[in-house]
Amino acid sequence: MRELDVKEITEAIAGLSKETNVSLSEDVKSRICMMRMKETDEGAKSILETIEKNIKIAGEEDIPLCQDTGLACVFLDIGQDVHLVGGSLKDAVNEGVRRGYTEGYLRKSVVTDPIRRGNTGDNTPARIIYDIVPGDKVTITFAPKGFGSENMSRIAMLPPAAGEEGVKDFIVDAVRQAGGNPCPPVVVGVGIGSTFDGAALMAKKALLLPLDEHHEDPYYAAMEDELLERINKLGVGPQGFGGDTTAIGLRINTAPTHIAGMPVAVNINCHVARHKSVTL
Amino acid sequence: MEIKLSAPITKEKLAALKAGDRVLLTGTVYTARDQAHKRICEALTRGEDAPFELEGAIIYYVGPSPAPPGRPIGSAGPTTSYRMDPYAPALLDLGQAAMIGKGPRNEEVKKAIVRNGAVYFAAIGGAAALISKSVKSAEVIAYDDLGAEAVRRLEVEDMPLIVAIDSRGCDLYERD
Repeated sequence: MRELDVKEITEAIAGLSKETNVSLSEDVKSRICMMRMKETDEGAKSILETIEKNIKIAGEEDIPLCQDTGLACVFLDIGQDVHLVGGSLKDAVNEGVRRGYTEGYLRKSVVTDPIRRGNTGDNTPARIIYDIVPGDKVTITFAPKGFGSENMSRIAMLPPAAGEEGVKDFIVDAVRQAGGNPCPPVVVGVGIGSTFDGAALMAKKALLLPLDEHHEDPYYAAMEDELLERINKLGVGPQGFGGDTTAIGLRINTAPTHIAGMPVAVNINCHVARHKSVTL
Repeated sequence: MEIKLSAPITKEKLAALKAGDRVLLTGTVYTARDQAHKRICEALTRGEDAPFELEGAIIYYVGPSPAPPGRPIGSAGPTTSYRMDPYAPALLDLGQAAMIGKGPRNEEVKKAIVRNGAVYFAAIGGAAALISKSVKSAEVIAYDDLGAEAVRRLEVEDMPLIVAIDSRGCDLYERD
């Protein structure tokens, strides 16, 4: 069985903390550029230009794209033939976040207690999602999540009778209600099916999917396009000041569910849609 | 067309601004977000002073990232403003002249804006690296223990803003 020292995971996460906060993936950048070229509202176009200028400055000067460098969401796909050695995996992940956020001059945005608050001072703990997969590799996906957009996310336990239209209306309405709050243009992650928690996790994982690809099922692939079009007709626009660009992408994850239910979750991300993966 | 605006700002200068105007702001602004607002309002309730003069003050809703070596501040874009809605009317009634944030405000805030001839500016959310270049100096003046949420005095130069709600209550977030 292959052995992997968790120190390597710490190193990788420290590096990813900085990298994801300073630069965006190509699919996100090209969608922003494409939407800017298509935008017909002059004010909206100008805001999209500013957003692109910000991406350039962050890269050139090696500073975070956004001051909200997020709650560290760490997705670990752990091969079932890997033996992790050298200490606790959870501690190794949090040490990587601690180092990355401290050494990288990233904002410490985590409070110890949801009601009594109190900053933990090092952006730990991370939210860690573990999946066991075939193989002998570990894939780490790091996605710092800003809360301006997280706060605008919604979930509904719809009755099956609500049907396709009910699901679609709920998703579009979530973006309409979010309005100018989550720093539009947004990326919309949707989870349909599973359980209450399962739908929410699928929605979060949908934010990690490439914006230039589609759901493997043509039915949901078409729904991704249709919903994106409907959302961009809402007129919310960049920053909520109107325009054709309310979302730059929408991805859907689906799963089987119970005969009595149709859970739908919508996780909203701002245009600073940060995530990056490495495989060890 | 951008309007140059220098702090301290007077009610006359604010009255001339219209929702949708693009502004380049130069002067002193104070940072305060969720926990700082809570503490300021608690201090005022106890009869104590705010950590800075509220009369004429411009408050920027921001929790900047830490300053790397050689820079006055890290990235410094606006945070979502509605979370400050429960506190903003009291501060506006005490003389606060302007707020800088992002996203819509509630009716109470809008009424307080009109009542006091104040202005709500939006900075572009997410454009934090770009905005940080207009910050020339930053100093923590209160609540250091809050980290990113501490109150800072910033000197800004040509900070790019959009008038989101003007002193007459015209609201750029409500276009229909």
